Amino acid sequence: MASVLEVQDLHVSYRSREVRSRPVLSGVSFDLMPGEILGVLGESGSGKSTLAASVLRLLPPNGQIVKGAVLYEGHNLLQANPEELRQIRGGRIALIFQEPSLALHPTIRVGEQVRQVLAAHQSSKKFDRNRRTREVFTQLFPEDTDRILSSYPHQLSGGQRQRALIAQAIVCSPSLVIADEPTAALDPVTQMEVLGVFRALREKLALAMIFVTHNPALLSGFADRILVLYAGQVVEWGPSETVLKSPHHPYTKALFESIPTISVENEKSCGNMLPVIPGNSLPSSLPRKGCSFEPRCTVRMDVCKEFEPVLVKLGERHVVSCFKYKE
Amino acid sequence: MEPILKVENLVKRYSKRNFAGAPQDFLALDGISFTISEGATLAIVGESGSGKSTLASCIAFLEKPTAGNLWFEGRNLTLAAESDLRKIRPQIQLIFPDPVSSLNPRWTIFDLLVEPLILQGRLGRRERITRSFSLLERVGLSADMAERPAAELSGGQRQRLAIARALTLDPKLLIFDEALSALDCSVQAQIANLLIELQDSLGMTFLFITHDLTMAAHLADEIAVMSHGRIVEHGPSTKVLRNTSHEATKELLAAVPQLPRAPWPATQR
Repeated sequence: MASVLEVQDLHVSYRSREVRSRPVLSGVSFDLMPGEILGVLGESGSGKSTLAASVLRLLPPNGQIVKGAVLYEGHNLLQANPEELRQIRGGRIALIFQEPSLALHPTIRVGEQVRQVLAAHQSSKKFDRNRRTREVFTQLFPEDTDRILSSYPHQLSGGQRQRALIAQAIVCSPSLVIADEPTAALDPVTQMEVLGVFRALREKLALAMIFVTHNPALLSGFADRILVLYAGQVVEWGPSETVLKSPHHPYTKALFESIPTISVENEKSCGNMLPVIPGNSLPSSLPRKGCSFEPRCTVRMDVCKEFEPVLVKLGERHVVSCFKYKE
Repeated sequence: MEPILKVENLVKRYSKRNFAGAPQDFLALDGISFTISEGATLAIVGESGSGKSTLASCIAFLEKPTAGNLWFEGRNLTLAAESDLRKIRPQIQLIFPDPVSSLNPRWTIFDLLVEPLILQGRLGRRERITRSFSLLERVGLSADMAERPAAELSGGQRQRLAIARALTLDPKLLIFDEALSALDCSVQAQIANLLIELQDSLGMTFLFITHDLTMAAHLADEIAVMSHGRIVEHGPSTKVLRNTSHEATKELLAAVPQLPRAPWPATQR
């Protein structure tokens, strides 16, 4: 089966006043099958949002794609002209932002905001646009469709706003949705509800999705595959079951261990220290030799200081970049 | 043990008017009562809109409660004069959810740390400097960062700075209003450990306000669950989690995303 999206050896860097170019993504490659959900896991500064933005070429002015290719249904988006890009953004590939209250226009009714997306991408009649908008809203808000259609963003709760954004994203029936931390601003109950919406959509529409998050627990039972980013590099990529249950890269392991669990069975874990990853994850702007996780790694070896590890294939679809493993 | 904080039937009503001008009251806190004993940690959990943050600002006396009593170390704050409150406020410190917007990005770390001391007129110039350096180390920031602007810090470092800033005035009660939610998982763990360590060494009382039930269970001795301005369940952490009686708690518990933990071999450390 042909993949929807294929990212090959993507290098992105940012210019800043101090440094001419600071690499943010170095050599990221992955592919995405139709209907697949890819969870991109990383902490702040790991380049996960940059990855989401560079797929659509929405990098800020100081960001630059140095090399690589982003193939969407076989076309390289990095060589697409502005008109092609305009058609693809929002039409074929939709992006859902982190902060639903900032991503919606505050003084336009949400129904109209969704209709405008349709108008920008399809030359359909007004009647059809209204019908399609209503159709999407009935799907997302089965209860009070009419009220929500004619509400302003401030009249909606956080979860409803996030769903309105989802409506905007899916109204043109895209084949790929990129969601950048869509639940970060929500409380757990609403977060669960929004995740449920994503799950339902995937079953109905067979959407491929890139779900960017910093919380690995969200991906369990949701993502098909997980891509773990650390300092702009893929450190582990594999089926979500495998990655979550038996992570191989020292970073992934340490990250999962640092998350407390609700221990209902055993006597309380309260007051115990959590195992932490020592040091900071801020990538240094200086180019350095060796593995990027080496300074914080607890199982480092001599070779890690000198050479950069390459991705090692462990299973059918499971790769890890660490010298501890051999093919 | 003597409770350091006693909240008695606290009510906070926000009144606003709708388009027609008819009064429309919103009851944010609807009769909250609880006590915290000295050196303990109480977590208050609840959905957004349940009144958790209003409660935090009422206890820190940033908002005046509509009714009810607030006893801090045996003194009724609701009856205290403004001049007395000024002396009591430093002992109750509030740490805000977003470390990015709660610290002025242009100020240096040092300026941010000494400001509370200057405002309260405590310590001489030289002592202020030594105090702020020792606090920086205490929270795990290096002293040579002191001259850098706050804008250069990462999220975790900022939250450490916010904690250091709250500690400058030797508070007895620290209120964390969603202080960990904006941070990455691994940074959350680092800050959580810092909090445990601080409490062990300084014996402070913590009031932890969060929607993250996992973190609440990890850090607190007791959990109180809030829903629609009321405390619907309150008890020792393990008890609340094991014998959940109220719907709101069950809902929160069910919404906690959990990692499928397979018994993987412990990492060699």
